[in-house]
Amino acid sequence: MNRHMRPVGDDTLVLGIETSCDETAAALVMGGYDVVSSAVSTQVDLHAQFGGVVPEIASRAHLDLLNPMVARAIVEAGVEPERIDAVACTVGPGLIGALLVGVSAAKALALTWDVPFIGVNHMEAHLYAAFLEDPTLQFPLVVMLVSGGHTMLIEMQDHGRYRLLGQTIDDAAGEAFDKVARFLGLEYPGGPAIDREAVHGDPEAIRFPRAMLHEGLDFSFSGLKTSVMNHVRKHPDVSTADVAASFQAAVVDVLVQKARRAAEQVGAKGLVLGGGVAANSLLRERFLSVCTEAGIQGFLPSRAMCTDNAAMIAAAGWHRLRSDGPTSLDAGAYPNMRLQFLP
Amino acid sequence: MLHLRASSLNDTLAIAATIAGMSRSGDLVVLAGEMGAGKTAFAKGFGAELGVTEPITSPTFTLVHSYDAGRITLHHADIYRLSTHHQVADLALAELLEYDGIVLLEWGDVVAQSLGDHLFVQLVADLDDENVRTITINGSGRTWATRWDRLTAALGAFEC
Repeated sequence: MNRHMRPVGDDTLVLGIETSCDETAAALVMGGYDVVSSAVSTQVDLHAQFGGVVPEIASRAHLDLLNPMVARAIVEAGVEPERIDAVACTVGPGLIGALLVGVSAAKALALTWDVPFIGVNHMEAHLYAAFLEDPTLQFPLVVMLVSGGHTMLIEMQDHGRYRLLGQTIDDAAGEAFDKVARFLGLEYPGGPAIDREAVHGDPEAIRFPRAMLHEGLDFSFSGLKTSVMNHVRKHPDVSTADVAASFQAAVVDVLVQKARRAAEQVGAKGLVLGGGVAANSLLRERFLSVCTEAGIQGFLPSRAMCTDNAAMIAAAGWHRLRSDGPTSLDAGAYPNMRLQFLP
Repeated sequence: MLHLRASSLNDTLAIAATIAGMSRSGDLVVLAGEMGAGKTAFAKGFGAELGVTEPITSPTFTLVHSYDAGRITLHHADIYRLSTHHQVADLALAELLEYDGIVLLEWGDVVAQSLGDHLFVQLVADLDDENVRTITINGSGRTWATRWDRLTAALGAFEC
């Protein structure tokens, strides 16, 4: 039995830990919504030279960076470790070696401090990111998660009650950005590189396909990627800026139109954007204008909340602790963990 | 070595399904080909034949996606981002194969020499017709030698 078994409430302080992929992060969140401190160390510089996530490097870097991140989160918060009521950590999905670094550390801290350990699903945590900046968001809510590994439209009916509305059937949008950037000889990470290059190009120069635009709420970006490559191979002199701008316009068109349709279908009270691709400037702009047109409350979290961080892990952990209690210390890490959806 | 011509996406899916139909637990299928050559499309056709019902999506970012298909698990891996053999070893593909698994390995040509028995599938996109793919298939090791004649017969319709 843990030291703190008092009710989970507004004064419950949760330490969140995140090591599932690129970022090593720790954060303290009070009462599920109030970010007291948040430390994130990105490995992007390390990965840039390899053009992507390198798991071996990721695990080792997490080992080196995790303790400093936890220390920084606690020092920034100005609290004694004894004040921490629970430790939440991403247990999946992600790279097994990377996940195990965080899970082992989180369990060790929970044991040492004699507080509950809470295993958190990384995807569920992304759904909670927006609540940290706007706790007044009302259900039902539609969240569009767009990152390197995922492209999903999810309806949040309530805490812990989700419905999958649509997802990519091949490549994630962020992956398409990265692969097209690499093909065009732009730098890593590809998303920001395309964003910068597109500023100088004409988004209507090339009419790339908008796959499945009028068919349901699923996405497909594999054909677009192939179409860009075919176009460049056939027209070697084409302006890179025009290709970047036209490609970006095609992706954003599909994303915002499907997000709008999803929100209208479920009668959502709000539409939220999340994931690393939410940092794309054209997507942010078009997302807000579509929300205005449709009369839906749109919410764009800050870049720090859209990308991987530990505050969202702590927030999701607080909700999970309140509804289900602590996670057993026997639980492991789950690289292929799926989010549980309502039928 | 088999040289096949897929004149449409459906042909690629059908070739993948035929190979999947002859695959069994412990098999490793290595997929080679440039971006856009159709490696993920091949994986979709392969998985559908095994009975995978959820969408088979690119594992480039997440490295390994595993799908339960009844008696067997399909592990779909992508080593596009990995730069050394050492890192590939960390994915523990051999261990995945031991548990009633079939592994489909994208960009596996880089490490094919160091892998055990496997079926090598090379996809090449046609520059003139974007629907067409040339698919070259080669078996490596005894496990494929024993099935080679049946495989050749089953894929005869696509030979070029």
